[in-house]
Amino acid sequence: MENMNEIKAFAAKIRIAAIEAIHAIGQGHIGGALSMADALAVLYGREMRYDPKNPKWPDRDKLVVSKGHAGPAVYGTLALLGFFPYEQLKTMNRPHTNLPSHCDRNKTPGVDMTTGSLGQGTSLAAGMALGDKLKGRDNRVFLIVGDGESNEGQVWEAFAFAAAKKLGNLVVLLDWNKRQLDGWTKDVYPMGDYVAKFEAFGFDTVKVDGNDVEAVAAALERTRAGGDKPYAIVLDTVKGAGVAEVAEKTMNHSLPVSDEQYERWTAQLRAEIEALEG
Amino acid sequence: MKIVYDGTLDPRQCKAVLGETIPAMAAEDPDVIYLDADLMNCIGTAKWAAEHPERAINCGIAEANMVGVAAGLAAAGFKPIVHTFGPFASRRCFDQVFLSAGYAKNDITIIGTDPGVTATLNGGTHMPFEDVGIYRTLPGATVIDVTDPTMLISVLRQCKDRPGVKYIRVGRKQYARVYADGSELPIGKAVTLREGTDVVIFAVGIMIHEAMQAAIELEKEGVSAAVVDMFTIKPLDVEAVVDWAKKCGAVVVAENHNRNGGLYSAVSEVLAERCPTPAAVVAVEDEFGEVGPQGYLQERFGLTAAHVAEAARSVLKRK
Repeated sequence: MENMNEIKAFAAKIRIAAIEAIHAIGQGHIGGALSMADALAVLYGREMRYDPKNPKWPDRDKLVVSKGHAGPAVYGTLALLGFFPYEQLKTMNRPHTNLPSHCDRNKTPGVDMTTGSLGQGTSLAAGMALGDKLKGRDNRVFLIVGDGESNEGQVWEAFAFAAAKKLGNLVVLLDWNKRQLDGWTKDVYPMGDYVAKFEAFGFDTVKVDGNDVEAVAAALERTRAGGDKPYAIVLDTVKGAGVAEVAEKTMNHSLPVSDEQYERWTAQLRAEIEALEG
Repeated sequence: MKIVYDGTLDPRQCKAVLGETIPAMAAEDPDVIYLDADLMNCIGTAKWAAEHPERAINCGIAEANMVGVAAGLAAAGFKPIVHTFGPFASRRCFDQVFLSAGYAKNDITIIGTDPGVTATLNGGTHMPFEDVGIYRTLPGATVIDVTDPTMLISVLRQCKDRPGVKYIRVGRKQYARVYADGSELPIGKAVTLREGTDVVIFAVGIMIHEAMQAAIELEKEGVSAAVVDMFTIKPLDVEAVVDWAKKCGAVVVAENHNRNGGLYSAVSEVLAERCPTPAAVVAVEDEFGEVGPQGYLQERFGLTAAHVAEAARSVLKRK
């Protein structure tokens, strides 16, 4: 997808798919799934190299969603791309499902790493990037980290490691959606200036509007150069982006989705897609 | 496999064995990769690591990250061998071991050096009496308490290609020589070191030598004590436990570990289910470690041959 309207429509479809999965079980991690839908659309729409028919292809680009609770958005993306049937989204969190609340590489085709215990995906991604580099692969590893997640000390151990080992094939996207489970991050546990932190750690760093696919696409394009520094893209996002009613709620980490809300929200997103696709 | 125990020390220090075996394994298998947390100089790998930076990754003093990186390397197709001191290889990073390696099915081998009283002059902060108990809770894990340098080489090579998380606890210094050079010790199979009929002593690690010495003492008193090396604490050789317990009717367990959660717990679980048998333990009571030379610490925590013999006498009275 080179056309930005296509990417925007893909992001809206990811939102619908995530809402489908959450609505089917009645409740889920909707806020942080919606905030990163645009980044997922750019990553899978134009930046990453992968094959839905061969999800374990060693030379593929890999994505580690360390904020593993954003599973619904990841599953929506993978289903839209044909990694597994779209209908499976409705099985999320039900017994014997392949789509557990938090991402699991052993259950879901296309999920590159098991995550969910916050912080742990960062070191895993660093190890995967180092391993791919040592194996002589020319792929990249993308890592999505939550801003609340960055309270975890392991995140910063992993960032120090990535810079020390010159992992230019690692791209960190920090979903700065400014909210965590207990409320606004500025109230719960303020972490300061992420751009300054990443730069101090030795990352090639930019901050962009993370809900603007063109800005995210441009930031990701820069990272194709590789080199000796890992990349950080601070995504300035809104938790719940794309569904105003969710975004307006401060406490939107996990919410129930009623039948009426499901109909209204998905209808609105479908109208956006129609407008984009003309 | 040949048993050559005569009470003398194996001339090799285990740190030297690690320093030779890890590079040798890396030379033989391009997928072997070694990670350490700023303790390469403690096991003699530093010089080789400096010459092979693509095979030996110094992760700095950040064990949780090291384990996650190792798990990521496993996902990329490597067979990681991770080393740090026992407490940091267990308590410090266990959530990462549990989820990033175990749950996510990223197979890694972890070496925790200086278990229990072998931490000697590093003292209580560095003295893990609980690492076996921690690792035993990890589904599918392999947990090994090494007996001597020959066994160390054998189990390291087996762990490389064995699925799941493998935890090897081993002191860096000398051990009593038990197995002839080149012996292979299949993981999961207990080894009978000494036959006996009155009481069986299940021992591991440094307590093998103490158990053998105790058995010699007991023989002078007319007590026939068997000694069985239970080096694989998980998966435990259940049949060996049951067979020996039935044969002798009295059990002693000797381990350089807290009495909670380690070999004594593992053996007791089997006895309770399969063949209730009087048992006694030679292990650390529910205590923290402290500083001192190993001889002092073995006395302090009750980990000597005399303690093993006394436990045997006491359990025989309950037979």
